[in-house]
Amino acid sequence: MALKKQKFVYDFEKPVVELENKISEMKEYALSTGVELTDDIKRLERKAKQLRKEIYSNLTRWDRVKLARHPERPYSLDYIERMCSYFEELHGDRKFADDKAIVAGLAQIDDYSVVIVGQQKGRDTKAKLHRNFGMPNPEGYRKALRIMQLAEKFNKPIITLIDTPGAYPGIGAEERGQAEAIARNLFEMSHFTVPIINVVIGEGASGGALGIGVGDRILMMDNGWYSVISPEGCAAILWRDSGHAPDAAEAMKVAANDLKNLNIVDEIIQEPEGGAHQDADKAAEIVKKTIIKHLNELLKIPVEQRIEKRIEKFSKMGAWKEK
Amino acid sequence: MDWFKRKKNSLQPAQKKDMPDGLWIKCDSCAEIIYRKELEKKYYVCPKCDHHFRIGYETYIDILCDEGSFKEFNKNLLSDDPLEFKDSKRYSEKYKATVKKTGLNEAVITGSATVDKQPVIMAIMDFRFLGGSMGSVVGEKISRAADKALELKQPLIILSSSGGARMHEGILSLMQLAKTSAKLARLARHNVPYISILTNPTTGGTTASYAMLGDVHIAEPGALIGFAGPRVIKQTIGQDLPPGFQRSEFVLDHGFIDFIAHRHELKRRLSHVIQFFLHQNEAS
Repeated sequence: MALKKQKFVYDFEKPVVELENKISEMKEYALSTGVELTDDIKRLERKAKQLRKEIYSNLTRWDRVKLARHPERPYSLDYIERMCSYFEELHGDRKFADDKAIVAGLAQIDDYSVVIVGQQKGRDTKAKLHRNFGMPNPEGYRKALRIMQLAEKFNKPIITLIDTPGAYPGIGAEERGQAEAIARNLFEMSHFTVPIINVVIGEGASGGALGIGVGDRILMMDNGWYSVISPEGCAAILWRDSGHAPDAAEAMKVAANDLKNLNIVDEIIQEPEGGAHQDADKAAEIVKKTIIKHLNELLKIPVEQRIEKRIEKFSKMGAWKEK
Repeated sequence: MDWFKRKKNSLQPAQKKDMPDGLWIKCDSCAEIIYRKELEKKYYVCPKCDHHFRIGYETYIDILCDEGSFKEFNKNLLSDDPLEFKDSKRYSEKYKATVKKTGLNEAVITGSATVDKQPVIMAIMDFRFLGGSMGSVVGEKISRAADKALELKQPLIILSSSGGARMHEGILSLMQLAKTSAKLARLARHNVPYISILTNPTTGGTTASYAMLGDVHIAEPGALIGFAGPRVIKQTIGQDLPPGFQRSEFVLDHGFIDFIAHRHELKRRLSHVIQFFLHQNEAS
């Protein structure tokens, strides 16, 4: 099992990570001393695999939220660099600034030239600050729009990678029209003639996520979460205590399975065993394969029909009864 | 100016629930004690400081629509509690209690009407219903109103009064942003005018969708308009907010609304904008 040693471990991962660490210790010991441990190691590896399966099939929604925020989870650029044979990042909204919380650019995935837009988080403290924790300002949404309009002009499909704890709630963001920037993207994305595929790779918090989340297909990784507000935000308002976030995550039904059942998500992308952070290469390979499958399907649909289907898809969303 | 004179009996009982009972009312802003009848006559604008009190949909119908012209449609759309949501109590129970308490079916009322004899499609949000929050039903009613405006090629007017998307319907509430925006994009492609009126408050998902997508944005004075709520921003940045932050005048200064209209001027100015868009120039 080619598992990298995990630095960051959640409580629910502990039993299996401990077991895996023990296995690698045994391997090292066997190698250095020549003691025959192959059978024991194999037995333990089977056990670890089984344990991992059990743990991951019984995760609560809050566990999924934590996995979506796992500090070693692959971010947009990790996927882009693995999926694309070519990527040239384009910067700036040509109006105000270049928002580092959103990356966008020209890309090649297999035989397809596409435009990719994604929210970007940072790994270490410095990078986190640089990326504003993946929380875009209005100029981020406007950069995304500018580059999606390039895609529209030159007939390139649009791939968006969603991973944000929310649009940034700051004074400047309000002054520069955070709400207008998001609304404008929803408005424009609904009518682009090129195919659009949205992939929730991690966190999908509210309008900040949806601001690059309108498309023909919505795909979601099985350890992502996506909802109208973060579990903490919901808990702070409805329970008056953000400590109730796990309850809010349950109540709002934020997991990929929930969204599939509610007919929001078209397909759940299965992550490598134990989550995308266990094997970024494999995760990117699976995401790429799924994107290409949907791209192939979408390109076969005539343009006008595709737009109508997209609007119809969103028109059906929601639940109501008519007396 | 006869629209300015209201009928004494046009106030519905629900209205009283939002306003303090009694003959005299204290202004929230300047603390002036105002005679209720006087305030009613002024459409709940303080005669001393011009503070605009929050009012319900029926008062806006009185203010904006020609008398008796408003015909409600899609009245019987009700939330289905798709998540079986529960915090301290069930959403389905809270919803029923709100319907009973307010006499409203949902946080938006939609219908056809005339404004100075010009036919329009109108959606009026009401803050009394769960803070004017947008769930599936609000999104669907707004979407159907936009479809109706397109079908009849009549201007669409949406008056917002909303704290944002409704948490109790989770992701389905969020998707109403996308749905309504898509419908408005379609309307725009057919050059049907859409005018957004923003009242106190218009925040969150409502602002991040239809409230900010009008051909013209009209705000009432002093309305809170923004994406994130002031408390969230204050908590995030850890400092006090500048005076007047996110109020209509501030938002106007930053370029996101076209003009601020006093409630007493709202119908006249709205009516002229509609008239302007519908007027066809012909060579003389």
